[in-house]
Amino acid sequence: METVSRVHAHTLVQWAKDRPKVVVLSADLTSSTESDLFRDTYPDRFFSMGMAEQNMLSFAGGLAREGFHPFVHTFAVFLYRRALDQLAMSVAYPNLPVRLFGFLPGLTTPGGVTHQATDDMAVLRAIPNLTLLEPGDATEVESVLDVVDAMAGPVYVRMLRGEIPRLFAPEAPMRFNRARILSTGSDITLLSSGICTEEALRATHALRTRGVSIMHLHISTLKPFTDPTILAAVSRPRHGVLTMENHTLIGGLGSAVAEVMAEAGVGQRLVRLGIKDCYAHGASRPYLLREYRLDALALVQAVERLLNEPLGIGADELAAVRLEAVHSAAKAEGL
Amino acid sequence: MTTPVIVPWQERICTLARRVRWRVLEHTVRHNGGYLSQACSAAEILSTLYGHLMRLGPSTAPPIPPPFTGTPGSPAATASGGTYNGPCAPHFDRFIMSPVHYALVLYAVLVETGRMAEASLRQFNVDGSTVEMIGAEHSPGHEVTAGSLGQALSQAGGIALARRLKGESGRVWVFMSDGEFQSGQTWEACQALAHHRLDGIGVYVDVNGQQCDGAMGDVMTIEPLAARLEAFGWQVAAVDGHDVNALALPALAPRTGRPLVVLAYTDPTRGLPILAERHPRLHYVRFTDTAERDRYQTALATLGGQAG
Repeated sequence: METVSRVHAHTLVQWAKDRPKVVVLSADLTSSTESDLFRDTYPDRFFSMGMAEQNMLSFAGGLAREGFHPFVHTFAVFLYRRALDQLAMSVAYPNLPVRLFGFLPGLTTPGGVTHQATDDMAVLRAIPNLTLLEPGDATEVESVLDVVDAMAGPVYVRMLRGEIPRLFAPEAPMRFNRARILSTGSDITLLSSGICTEEALRATHALRTRGVSIMHLHISTLKPFTDPTILAAVSRPRHGVLTMENHTLIGGLGSAVAEVMAEAGVGQRLVRLGIKDCYAHGASRPYLLREYRLDALALVQAVERLLNEPLGIGADELAAVRLEAVHSAAKAEGL
Repeated sequence: MTTPVIVPWQERICTLARRVRWRVLEHTVRHNGGYLSQACSAAEILSTLYGHLMRLGPSTAPPIPPPFTGTPGSPAATASGGTYNGPCAPHFDRFIMSPVHYALVLYAVLVETGRMAEASLRQFNVDGSTVEMIGAEHSPGHEVTAGSLGQALSQAGGIALARRLKGESGRVWVFMSDGEFQSGQTWEACQALAHHRLDGIGVYVDVNGQQCDGAMGDVMTIEPLAARLEAFGWQVAAVDGHDVNALALPALAPRTGRPLVVLAYTDPTRGLPILAERHPRLHYVRFTDTAERDRYQTALATLGGQAG
């Protein structure tokens, strides 16, 4: 599997080249949010706002009122925890085209509880007018800008940085409010988002060798959550539905799926993998994913519980799985 | 043959301010409640801005405000209340209202400057109306939603930065209350505006020393405000907020590269001495009994005689 470095830094510079309305605001985390290349390339369109996120959010609202598209870059926690009132009143209520790039989702940082955005989707799903996107690989980090650009109102992107795997072929970009079908199957329907999809792919690879048939959807639009592909997929499996998210179990992907199932009267079991209503601490990503039961092994064990049978898949086997970039396994219309 | 009477602008603004005070008192007496002290303190500031300083085009909004139809972005969104301040054009100024519990005072100013019909005030705080008690961006004269105090200066900063990027000459005037200088975001905005040298911003602060809980000196001291703002890199003028000459002078001076703030020190009972009896709780007036209301009725008659 290919990994790509500083995807957003390079994509943003190229993408914004002929888009003069795009301006970037940063709150003292410019290289940490990969907006340094934009700063160096288009210094007249980059504005340093200092370590003052409340002002930055309202400032962005003012710029957007005058026709600019402010791309606000900082760690996610400082957007939705520290400056939530400003996000709601200066940006979301007036429905302005402010683009919020929140970095360090969930357990992707050793920075500990202060830096880990473990409840952003729960908080922000409750904000009207706001579109919520979460890329899961390099292809989606590249293509999310086009999805963002098509939105008239505010957008929050749960963004990835650094070394990012390429799980999906570059010819298969992120599409707004469309689940990406990674495999079709009839035993279990699995919905994963963000970095969990890489872990999930390791697990589904091993599960298939044991004859488990899995319908796997990768979800990159968390709000709105109206893709009919999702309802169709959760209605069908023989043994139940699984969700896997790098986020607290309350209010994120698993909750959104539960709402869809309950409102449609889908009588399936639902097992949600995520952070179990607790705070985390600082450590490496693999360590945290293992500790908080968000890795491929945790998913295999959840499948075993749903099937009520042991599958004999161990951590070594999962670690040895080689992932290749995939096209969408099936067209949504084919469902 | 008669010669036309030339009225000096100062006299015109003072009359406007008296009429604004009278109108807010009249409304308060009629409805047994209102933001009265805000009219007493801010009448000259807002009158000077609307009547003398700001370069605004004529209102493009209907004289009688339309009812509330929807929030921004919704299919039937209500038009911006900023349309009462005239069209947005490169050379025109903009007005941003920050302490939106002053809405009634602003509505009175709009009526007295011919931007809104007198009958509009009957819609004040009426269900379904945009003439809301706490103004939002659909309310006449309001361009942003500023009810969460302390956010408007930052929003105005974004507008001023955008206008500079677009090469527009018009300025962005912000009306603030002194209580907002207790909020951290205000100081974040102050440092950002100074850092980015946004001298298209001009802020008028009604320093009336009053807030919801009472006198600001008892609740949370903000003084020495002028020194603090100077330390933040602002061009600061501290003036008598009832002296229209003093209010206008700083805004007419050439721009310096620093954002301008005019600290207008005011008396929250100016023009209405009877209000002083309620000191220090002046934020919102509701009459305790008929007798008090009658005394304000008498004060209204006196003020009416002065307002002409």
